[in-house]
Formats: sequence, structure tokens, C-alpha cells
Amino acid sequence: MSDQVTEREVGRSRPRKEDAHLVTGQTTWTDNIDVHGLLHLAILRSPMAHARIRRIDVSPALEQPGVVAAFGGRDLAAGLGSLPCAWPVTEDMVLPDHPPIAVDEVRYAGDPVAVVVARDRYAAADALEAVEVDYEQLPPVLDLEAALAEDAPLVHSDKGTNRCYVWPLATGEEYPTVRHRADVVLRRRYVQQRLIPNAMEPRSVVVTPLAASGEYTVHSATQIPHILRIMLATVTGVPEHKLRVIAPDVGGGFGSKLQVYGEEALALAVARRLGRPVKWTESRSEGYLATHHGRGMIQDVEIAATREGRLLGLKVDLLADMGAYLMLVTPGIPILGAFMYPAIYKMDAYDFTCTGVFTTRTPTDAYRGAGRPEATYAIERIMDELAVELGLDPVELRRRNWIGHEEFPYTAIAGLTYDSGNYEAATDKALALFGYDELRAEQRKRNESGETVRLGIGVSTYTEMCGLAPSRVLRDLRYAAGGWEAASIRMLPTGKVEVVTGTSPHGQGHVTCWSQIASDVLGVPFDDVEVVHGDTKAAPQGMDTYGSRSLVVGGAAVHRAAEKVVEKARKVAAHLLEASEDDLEFTHGVFSVKGSPEARRSIQEIAFETFSSHDLPDGMEPTINAEHLVDPDNFSYPHGTHLCAVEVDTETGRTTIRSYVSVDDVGRVVNPMIVEGQVHGGIAQGIAQALYEEAVYDDEGNLVSGTMADYLVPSAADLPAFVTDRTETPATSNPLGAKGVGEAGTIASTPAVVNAIVDALRPLGVSEVAMPCTPQRVWDALRAARSDGHSSGGPTASAESAESAKEASA
Amino acid sequence: MIPPAFEYTRPTSVDEAVRTLADGGEDAKVLAGGQSLLPLLRLRLAFPELVVDVGRIPELRGIREDEGTLVIGAMTTHHDVVRDPRVRRHAGLLAAATATVADPAVRHRGTLGGSLAHADPAGDLPAVILALDATLVAVGPGGRRSIPAREFFVDYLQTALRPDELLVQVEIPARDDWGFHYEKFQRVAQAWAVVGVAALVRRDDGRIAEARIGLTNMGSTPLRAEAAEEALTGATAVGAVRRAAETAADGTRPSSDPSASPEYRAHLARVLTRRAVLAAAGMG
Repeated sequence: MSDQVTEREVGRSRPRKEDAHLVTGQTTWTDNIDVHGLLHLAILRSPMAHARIRRIDVSPALEQPGVVAAFGGRDLAAGLGSLPCAWPVTEDMVLPDHPPIAVDEVRYAGDPVAVVVARDRYAAADALEAVEVDYEQLPPVLDLEAALAEDAPLVHSDKGTNRCYVWPLATGEEYPTVRHRADVVLRRRYVQQRLIPNAMEPRSVVVTPLAASGEYTVHSATQIPHILRIMLATVTGVPEHKLRVIAPDVGGGFGSKLQVYGEEALALAVARRLGRPVKWTESRSEGYLATHHGRGMIQDVEIAATREGRLLGLKVDLLADMGAYLMLVTPGIPILGAFMYPAIYKMDAYDFTCTGVFTTRTPTDAYRGAGRPEATYAIERIMDELAVELGLDPVELRRRNWIGHEEFPYTAIAGLTYDSGNYEAATDKALALFGYDELRAEQRKRNESGETVRLGIGVSTYTEMCGLAPSRVLRDLRYAAGGWEAASIRMLPTGKVEVVTGTSPHGQGHVTCWSQIASDVLGVPFDDVEVVHGDTKAAPQGMDTYGSRSLVVGGAAVHRAAEKVVEKARKVAAHLLEASEDDLEFTHGVFSVKGSPEARRSIQEIAFETFSSHDLPDGMEPTINAEHLVDPDNFSYPHGTHLCAVEVDTETGRTTIRSYVSVDDVGRVVNPMIVEGQVHGGIAQGIAQALYEEAVYDDEGNLVSGTMADYLVPSAADLPAFVTDRTETPATSNPLGAKGVGEAGTIASTPAVVNAIVDALRPLGVSEVAMPCTPQRVWDALRAARSDGHSSGGPTASAESAESAKEASA
Repeated sequence: MIPPAFEYTRPTSVDEAVRTLADGGEDAKVLAGGQSLLPLLRLRLAFPELVVDVGRIPELRGIREDEGTLVIGAMTTHHDVVRDPRVRRHAGLLAAATATVADPAVRHRGTLGGSLAHADPAGDLPAVILALDATLVAVGPGGRRSIPAREFFVDYLQTALRPDELLVQVEIPARDDWGFHYEKFQRVAQAWAVVGVAALVRRDDGRIAEARIGLTNMGSTPLRAEAAEEALTGATAVGAVRRAAETAADGTRPSSDPSASPEYRAHLARVLTRRAVLAAAGMG
């Protein structure tokens, strides 16, 4: 096919098929759905982080105008199971009950305690205020380290501990042995603040019962209609075959809609009890409390190296904030990062331990990157510190340790086999685009003249594992489900094509990309392909969309299914053309007999011949439709180099990003424009963690940053023009050669920005600024450094000489 | 995000609005552009029984000149203020500061009068109006009265307006040849100022003859940096401005929030005052 590159759909920046209806307002968001007799559900939430519910009386709400029903936790929870956690990471993990609505005790500010159902949403909101609840306040649990103390107050008193699990991984040589022969050992503590995902569309669910048949249709703003169907059946007891789940237009997720939420179960339970359709839609401030959060970790990292800058070993101790309950994949998020701390570097020993900790805060779970941004941040930050310690340029230190392009496939220290990559090519391209040497020269000049506004340069050379996931690996990680994806292709009698996919797009552009893939394999026009998704009745099989899996698993399934269609069509063509299958060529959707070009049949003609079935080969099933399920052999490993230049105003502490260059290698690209969009959005979200966003709680466990006025999501006005480019080293683990791109930008960018800030301030004695690097924090760090008299270490930093390191390990 | 129930009325004249407010008493609230009141309603932080929408009273809109005074109707939108050539000529500081308010969508709805009557010390315009020594004109059942800006801002979200009074216009003495600059420090483009400094400077023969400094978000009301103003008088060089700016936070009591401690705000006020004055004086 290489001689047809210019005619291929794959590789073209096709404008997205999805966009016309999005930009003209013809969307079906879940909250737009109206059905006859619809009732509106509103949820009363706990105003405190931890309390016993002494008494709850919903009857005053029933007297409010327009109210149809009201329920306390006890009224509803009895008929409902616990919300699911599909990832019990260890055999002895502590798994508390998680009723969809609190019964006896509330464990975070925002925990649901009562439900009001009314004829309109205004009446429902007003009536919530009439519900009477008596709380007996219990001590909040907020500090991850204090929570593990013997006498700490407990989030789940029946469990006797706040320790959810301890998950260890040790690979290569014994870490203490390796540490012993190191010339340099550095230890650092990094804190991953809590983040709030902020999908543009709030969560919403509409449940419509069909009373006569006992069926329920659930529309939900979800990333996972297929998983949700199975889990709702388990939680509510409605049989799976009586549940239809539809994810209509979904406006972003970033992991926050990779969840089975209490509200979805409650809406189904209420619709079932009342026999009426019900809708629940969150407000933004309600979402801040009750949609799961991301990150929330303390990372103690130790790196051991030789004086020449060769890495010997890495030791990571994590404390991960689970929040109050374990949701769908809460415990597994840090484990997704466990394999990524060694990143692109070769070393002899790796030692990792993660301790999951319960707190009285909103549960955490997947947020764009899920475990991998945290890992990348820690390794890329400490690599910069090590470079300083060794007096090396940070890029040079990375060069001395990364896996060479000739070494692939390479089994890295944590046990993953990276199939392909070229770190040298991506880095060299990025350095050239960035003007690295010129910026370093300018930086030196400005430092020498003692300018108020300093220049800093940040490097992040990352890889990540995505394209979730080989089912057997998931089994070994104790994840409850598989990682396959399904596609089927229906050749319609008129020659048009329907691609049915198990992925569930919520902004990514699957309809466009799957059309491009199918169009190439089948040789049909792009516009003749329609993509069906997001409805368990129309697309019954799927594992949905998360973990940058859709293209590399789901897109590969589309590719394989289309190949199967061609193979079936070939049999029909050979029969009609009275030729042997081996003598047929297939190009641009046309079968022709080698040597006699006038003997041809298009795939559209064959679709019609198959429909009529008047003249098919003997014994052939009358269809060329095909289905294919892909279970990937391996993860996909995008990589790249991101470079960030910041100017830091040392008087005010303000950071301004001056330039940002990314060179990503996401393998072969289906649609470059969509890839660029993913990279832009991803970088923006990573910068947001570095500079702006933080879920702040007070000492009582109340969310202080409870609105968008306090939780600062940057807009285009706050971000520079990114220079994005790519190298292209095809993945060998899927037929497209593609690697996931949905999370790469977020994973790469956070450390690039913070490294740049610290680089700018290092001559002034600063070696650490906690995220988000707000102007006040930068100013505080500068002040602390000034009063320390330019000592090189911050309060959490310690560099040891070889001697003291050896003493410590002896 | 659903407000509590309230009565709603939309008078078509100032007299009608004032009568309606008098009848509504303490439980009535004026709705101007809605950029501050509606969020308060939606978060259920305000519970008025009556909302009086003054958005359809033509006499409250518009900008005119009156013998050396710029008169701006209370319901003139930020967008119209920014665009108006008379505002730029006579009160450039107001145009410059208004251009930094939130984002274009807010500036098309939000109004000068609404912003001043809301009296959020983190809002940009109260400090600017204070620096401009403007006069605010209110109409109540007893007639019209003029309130100097210095007396208008009483406490956090509190003004000298009585519950039955409506702010109708703002009168700004023209200062065509004064240098000006609004230095706003915010964390993201659409956020409120962490601290803002509005500087007006009259130069005479190479020295600062007179300076007016308004401070945004340095206390429960907008403030004038009086010590700095005094110290700036007669300044001829950058060093003098620098020294004067060191007093900019004197007497202030800034608040604390996750973006900034009081100490940091005081520091910002000093740095931003220096920058604002140097820019306004053309010395930067």
C-alpha cells in the first residue's frame, strides 16, 4: 500500500464529522432529554466531612409544592447493593461498603443523604431545604500520614484502619545493594495536589421505565455505557437484559465519567419505585463535591547514581489518597503509575511501594493520565535535581541513561516491554525547535546581570503506557475485567457502510477516525461510512473509552473487521469473476483479475450481490458483514520531549510561559489535526496542574475551592501558543502502528513547567516549589531561600554525600 | 445552582423603580447587569423577596459631558464605557481598568453602576472611581443626592445607598492631561484581582505634582493609598517613587484566601503601586 500514500484517508487532517452538529447546537446532551411525565431528582448532601446521621426526616419536603416523593438513605439503600470497585489491587485490600446514599454515617462533604423528587427541578431544589437532618459531628481524617497513626480517627470504624492497601513492586537487583555502590543518592518529597476534572458537560442521567416489560432505558453522560450496564444490574438488581444504557452526546470526561456513580443507581431505583421517568443533573458546585477527584498523593522518591551520571536505582514510596470510598478503579490509579516511574531510563534496581489511605474527602479516581502524570512528574523532577547535583545539563543526564533507539524492543526495569521508540530523534527535534542553546545563553546573561525577571528552562522526556489493555496483564494486576475491544462492520445493500464500535467517544473524534480507517481498508468514500456507538442496544459489545485505548484497541478492531469484510467479499468476487481468489487484486475498493483489468467488481457491487444472494459461492453464508474483537498483546508506549521556557517575576512571584515546544511520538497518525488538538488540550491540562488548579480543603474537611471562581481552570488567554511537532516511530503491537495520544500532553507537561520554574529560581537558592506554583508560593520560596542565605536545599530536600548515603543504608 | 423563589418586577422609569424599592423595603434587591447578583442567587447566598430589574430604564444608560464633568449613566455597560471616546479622553483610567474586567461576555452585560453598588473590594472599578474622586448620584423617595466616592463605600459589599435609593449616575471630573495606569494582578485572565492599583498622576515640569492611588482588594472596601500619595508629591526620580511606593500598604487590612495571604497582598500593593505610578508618570 505504500505507493498509495497520497490517496489514503489515514494520515489526512479530515475536518471532524462530529463538529457540524456540535457547533450548530443540534446535540443531545443528557440534560436536553425530555420525556412525557419526567420527574426531577435533587440530592441533599452532607455539609460536613464526617458525621453520624442521628435522625433524618424527609416528610416536611413532601409538603412542599410540586414534590412527588422524598427518600432518606435508609428508604433507598435497602434495595441497593454497594457501588462497585472493580480493582481490588491486593488480596487483603480493605474494601468498605459504599451505599449509593449514606445510611448511618457521612464520610465526605457532599455525601448524599436524601433525595427529593418533584415535577420540576426548581421545586426539587427548593424542597431540599425542608429536609431535616441531625448530625453528630465526627472527627475529619485529612492528613495522609496522620491517618496511618495507631490512634487516628477512622473513616470506616468497622474496618479498624485507614490503611486501604500496601502494594509493593521490586524489580532488578536488590535496591539497598545498588544504593550501596552509588556515588550520589538524592531524596525528594513531591506532593500531587488534588485536582477536580471539570468536564465541560456536567454529569446527568435520565432513566425511563417501560413498565409493561420491566425494561429501563438509562441515558447517562458517561464514558462507559457498557460497563455501566453491567454494574447497574449488579447494584440495583434490574436484570442486565432489561437495561439499555445510552451515552448520547457526551461533553468531555477526562476520566471523571469513567465511573459508576451513586446518582445513576439512585435515579434507576427511584424510577423503578415510582414507575416514572426521572432526571438528575448536577450543578457545577455540586459536581465539585460529588464527581470524583484526581491525583492526591505524597511521593517520597530516592534516586541513586554514579558520579558520571549513570542511574543505578530508584526507590518510590507513595501515599495515595483514596478519599472516603473506593470507586470503580480508585485503588488501581497509583498502580497504573507504578510501572512508569523508571520511565525511559535504564537502571539496575527499582523498588516501589504504594499505600492507599482513606480520608474524609471526595473519592479519587481516574483523571487524565491516571497514575502516569504523577510518576512522570516525580522522575522528571528528580532527574533535574540529579543533573544539578552532578553538574550536568539536564538533557545530557537524560541522554546518558535513556534506552537507545537501536535497543527496542526493550524490557524496562519495571517489567514492561517497550515495543518501539526513538528518544534521540524526538529530543533533537525538540531542542532545535525550541532554540535550546540560545535560550541557555540568554538565561546565563540574565542571571549574570541579576535581572528581576528570570528565565528558566524545563525539560520533560516522557513515555507512558496506554491503550488499556492486554486482558492477561489486567488479570495479573487483579483488575476485574478484560481489555479487549469490539468492532463490527455492516455492508449495506446500497454500498454504504456502518461501523459499530464498542468505544464511547465524548469529544475525541472517533466517528471521523473510524471512518478514515474503514474507508482505507474497504476502499469506500469517507462520507459513505457511518459510525454507531454509545448505545448498548445498537453497539452491544464494548469496553468503552479511557486510558488512551480507543484507537489502538478499538481502531485496530475496526481495521481487522474491515479486513475480514474484504476477505469475505473476495470469495464472492472470485466466484462472480470466475477467477481464483489468488488471482484477484483489491485496490480502491475494486477487485480485478490480474492480467485482465476489465474483469472487475467493486465492493459496493459485491455488497448488493450478497444482499440479493442470487449467485453466491456454494455453502457461503449470505453476508460479508464481519465482527472482530481485539485483545492487545501489549500496551502502547507513546513518548516525546517537551520543553518549556518560563519567565518568573521574582518581585511578584508570577510565572509566565514564554515558549512551549512538544515533540511527541504517537506512532502512525490517523488524523493529524485531531492529534494536535489532543496534544494542545493535554498540555493545557498539565500546565493547569503546575500553575493553577488545586482542590483546597479547610481543617474541617470542607472544600474551599468549591466554585470556578476559586478553582482556577486556565483559558486560552492564560496559555502561550504551543509549538507542537511529531516524530513517527510506528507501534508494532497493532496493525495501525498507532500509539495513544489522549493523555500524553498532560503526562509530559506538568514537570516541564515546574522544572522550568525551579531552573529560573535556582541561582537564587530555590530548589523546590510546591504545585500549583502560585505567585504566592514562588514568592514564599524566594523569601525562604533568602533567609536561608542561599542554601541549595528546600525544607524537604536533602542531598547526601556518598559516605553518609552508605552509612544510612548500612 | 437554582435560586430561591423571588418576585420580579421591571420598572420603566427611575421614579417607578424608586417607588417599587420603597414598597419592597429591606427584602428588595436591584438587578442591574446581573453579573454579581445572579451568582449569589444561584449559590443561595442571597435571598431577596423582590428583584427589581432596572435594565429597561432608558434614562439610566448613556454617557455625556457636562462642563468639565463626564456623566455616565449607572446602567451603561462596561463594553460601552471601554468603547466611548469621551471616557478615553477625560477618564482614561476608567477605560483602561474597565477593559480588564472579567471577559467580553461579562463586559457586555455588566454595568458601571451595578459594579459600584455591589461594592466588592475585589472589583476593579470601585478603586478606580475612588482614585478619580468621582461623585455618585442616587435617587430616593426624598429626591436626588450626591455622594462623594470617599463616602460611598462603607464596608464589604456595603454602600451609603439606602435600601430605597437607586444609583442613577456617576460624575467624573475630567482629567484629560493626567497620566494614568491600572496595574492588575490576577491569577488567570478571568479571575478577580488578587490586588489592583489604580494610579493617576499629574506631572508638572518633570516632577509629580499630584498623585491619586486607588487600591483594589486591600481591605473590606476600596482604599486610597494616602501615605503614598503624599510621599509622591514632588517626586522627580524613580528612586523617590520607589520609596513612596513602600508606604502603599500602610493602614490596609487585606484578606486571606487560597491565592494570597495578607502579608503577600501588602507586598504586592507596594510593588504594583511602584509599577503603576512609574507607568502613569511615564517614568517606567
